[in-house]
Amino acid sequence: MIPNDRRLDRRAAMRILLEKRGDLFLVTGLGSTTWDAASVADEERNFYLWGAMGAAAMVGLGLAIARPERRVLVVTGDGEMLMGLGSLATIGVQRPPNLAIAVFDNGRYGETGMQASHTAESVELVGIAQACGFKETFDVGDEVGLRDFAARLHNAATTMFARIAIRTDEPPRVLPLRDGVFLKNRFRRAIGAET
Amino acid sequence: MASEPATMVAPDWRGEIFTALKDADIRQVGYVPDAGHARLIELCRADPAIRAVPLTTEEEGVALLAGAWLGGQRGVLLMQSSGVGNCINMLAMTKTCRFPLTMLVTMRGEWAEFNPWQVPMGTKTQSALELCDVFVYRVERPEDAAETVAAALDSAFNADLATAVLLSQRLIGAKRWVK
Repeated sequence: MIPNDRRLDRRAAMRILLEKRGDLFLVTGLGSTTWDAASVADEERNFYLWGAMGAAAMVGLGLAIARPERRVLVVTGDGEMLMGLGSLATIGVQRPPNLAIAVFDNGRYGETGMQASHTAESVELVGIAQACGFKETFDVGDEVGLRDFAARLHNAATTMFARIAIRTDEPPRVLPLRDGVFLKNRFRRAIGAET
Repeated sequence: MASEPATMVAPDWRGEIFTALKDADIRQVGYVPDAGHARLIELCRADPAIRAVPLTTEEEGVALLAGAWLGGQRGVLLMQSSGVGNCINMLAMTKTCRFPLTMLVTMRGEWAEFNPWQVPMGTKTQSALELCDVFVYRVERPEDAAETVAAALDSAFNADLATAVLLSQRLIGAKRWVK
């Protein structure tokens, strides 16, 4: 770890995002952000992606369109977001006001050996989101910035995008259930969709 | 032999597919444009009860419709046969979670095709889908289109199946390259 590294601890960052969760829906991507969410609390309004890399933001979009009266937060990693970069263009066009995309960015593929991702080089996700039409973006480097973003989760009037710089450490895995049918039905039951 | 009517009115199979989508309460339509779907896309975009979502690539739509279903809405995905190849890994989520899915696929590369680049994916579309456990229906005749789409939607939303309806290139009409 870099001495005096001000970047956030990923588990602490997830805790802050979910601190005043209310009735927020949470979608997490493959894979570390899923472990981060499970470390805070496994619950029925979480939908974890254990695969389908690149899908997280789009799952959030479909959910946000389907439930305009509820808030949807997608938390995924830089590698997962890069695989679905086109979805930022798609979401930038739709911009449902109840959707927020947060990317935990450590510039690494954490699950495969910490290889550098494109964001460790020239690629800048906030700039991409802005160029795609996101009107409210956050480049979060510390806890104050993270709390600013978290406070907007419940009252934003447009789709938000946040890039959250996190440290490259690898906390112990906390694995939630991985039965997809169970997770799907649990989520739908929790929100009152017929099963 | 009964005489044919003086003018044969071709069935409006695209309009009938739209009616089948409405009857199934489809509320989200993800699409990558294709000439064969142009009219259906227009109808969906014009309907205030439907959110039509243009995609940059077809696999986004598989994820979009998974999210829609989590939220209690039904959707459908429109694409050309070349787009099926883009969806393959995403279909793992559909299968693992048993998400309902209906893809309406306009075929290229099979009937009077001009462009050889369309042929490899077009000729493997059905087997690629079946390899991923997607139930495939094929439409050759306009009068079968709406009924087949309705059947695919029923299977998807009642039996939690992944389904695809292949709208054959002969049905759509081969693309005209010289205008």
